[in-house]
Amino acid sequence: MTQPNPLQDLVAEQGVLLLDGAMGTLLMEMGLTSGDPPEDWNVRYPERIEEVHRRYVDAGSRLILTNSFGGSRFRLKLHRLDNRVTELNRAAAGIARRAADAAPHKVLVAGSIGPTGELLEPLGAMSFDEAKAAFAEQAAALAEGGVDLLWVETMSDLEEVRAAVEGAREATDLPVAATMTFDTNRHTMMGVSPEQAVQALGKMGLVALGANCGNGPDEIEEVIARMRAQNPDVLLIAKANAGIPHFTGDELVYDGTPALMGEYARHVRDLGANLVGGCCGNTPDHIARMAEALAQPAGSAGAGPVRAGFKPAPTGTASSTASRQRRHRRREG
Amino acid sequence: MTDESENEEINIQEMTTPELLELMQEDLYDGYADEVVEEVNEALARGMSPYDVLTQGLVAGMEVVGVDFRDGILFVPEVLMAAKAMKAGMEVLRPLLAETGAPTIGKMVIGTVKGDIHDIGKNLVVMMMEGAGFEVFNLGINNSVDDFLGAIAEHQPDILGMSALLTTTMPYMREVINALKAKGIRNDIIVLVGGAPLNEAFAEDIEADAYCRDAAVAVETAKKLIQIKRSKSRA
Repeated sequence: MTQPNPLQDLVAEQGVLLLDGAMGTLLMEMGLTSGDPPEDWNVRYPERIEEVHRRYVDAGSRLILTNSFGGSRFRLKLHRLDNRVTELNRAAAGIARRAADAAPHKVLVAGSIGPTGELLEPLGAMSFDEAKAAFAEQAAALAEGGVDLLWVETMSDLEEVRAAVEGAREATDLPVAATMTFDTNRHTMMGVSPEQAVQALGKMGLVALGANCGNGPDEIEEVIARMRAQNPDVLLIAKANAGIPHFTGDELVYDGTPALMGEYARHVRDLGANLVGGCCGNTPDHIARMAEALAQPAGSAGAGPVRAGFKPAPTGTASSTASRQRRHRRREG
Repeated sequence: MTDESENEEINIQEMTTPELLELMQEDLYDGYADEVVEEVNEALARGMSPYDVLTQGLVAGMEVVGVDFRDGILFVPEVLMAAKAMKAGMEVLRPLLAETGAPTIGKMVIGTVKGDIHDIGKNLVVMMMEGAGFEVFNLGINNSVDDFLGAIAEHQPDILGMSALLTTTMPYMREVINALKAKGIRNDIIVLVGGAPLNEAFAEDIEADAYCRDAAVAVETAKKLIQIKRSKSRA
């Protein structure tokens, strides 16, 4: 990809680009009821969505994600909103666009596209073409609403990423970024390793790729280090959850404090991430601390990767060399 | 690793029964549904009881799948294929098990909570629980408090399983548990919860009985808690 694009320009200018934090976490603070679709608020309470974006921009985010993670028809069907895909995604993009344009500095708007929640054939019932069409529909609406690029995230299946990227390409000429979630023994739920992700996503002509969500910063730091070792050139995205969630009274809180997430931001930058932000549980306070931390020079994070305050992500008892080879296929099915 | 057996003709009639059961377990592991069905039929033809075929063949095989899933050797695609093979074998056995009055370990009602579409992990739990001999009522996705309460009243399960994949839906589990308390039936039922964003502390906070990290852990936990509950009610 030799064509210049706004993301590469901004990363080049900034060194490390600061992303935003969680959307759902903040909307629940604002009264979103558990189980209700956040995308509906793009039309019902656009001022609240804009406020979330504005708070992230004020905290230092140079790229914000639209409130459209569950905006594909597969996801909206659950809430009987699948006839409003275009309306809700266009609104999501428009709100973020307004917040970005009102900022005193350049802020990019990326259109969030989450997984369908369905399994592709043959494991599940969804065909590749159905998935691609749903992603194209969502991407077209986000583009109409004014996003600068598309942002495929929280993926676990390489084929679903491909469906999303191809769908986005069919609908628009905008750059596409994609991240996967490595929450299962340092693989995605579907068994994709960070190395496999870099290799496969690296062939899709993405503007950036990486990891988001999962079991907190330690996990993402390892994933980013392994991705960087695999590919020295690609722009890498890190968006870790703020540790692990638990209830305190009626409030769902994450054990990753803003200070700890600031430390994570420096660590993950030093490990090779070019775009750094947070996923679930991260608030504007977390992003503000990341901004402070990233203002310090590279290599300042210190050596120790493990910090107090985080539970280690669950790891299996198997050795790292264990693999499917434990048993071989006896017959060809 | 040798591939010497790759193209070998296998005649299951010539195998000893232990060999046949071992083959059934391996084919289950590899997700070969047709082969598993053949082997189940062969074991039955030899006069094994449906219950023994279930426990010594299919359940034993799924246990290995569960352990390798837990240890990060297998992932969801392989486990789903194994579960499909298990299901194919179970379809042969189920009517026979009903006829022979084989024991069921317990009953479970399970569903993904309101607002959540994800049911891949939950479906794995269903298949593994069925594989372990539980009777499972699967409510699917997007279940409200009333959906759960209605199913509990109808099926009188030992266990309620709830799943969530989103941070915006996981708090809904607590609403269901609070509703059980309000109805005075919380202590009649074992509540197991699972899903990617959950953890043990969260399960404690919402006063579930246990958090199950994956389907294999769900089966182990369900068995253990049912045993404890039954020994208590006998005392």
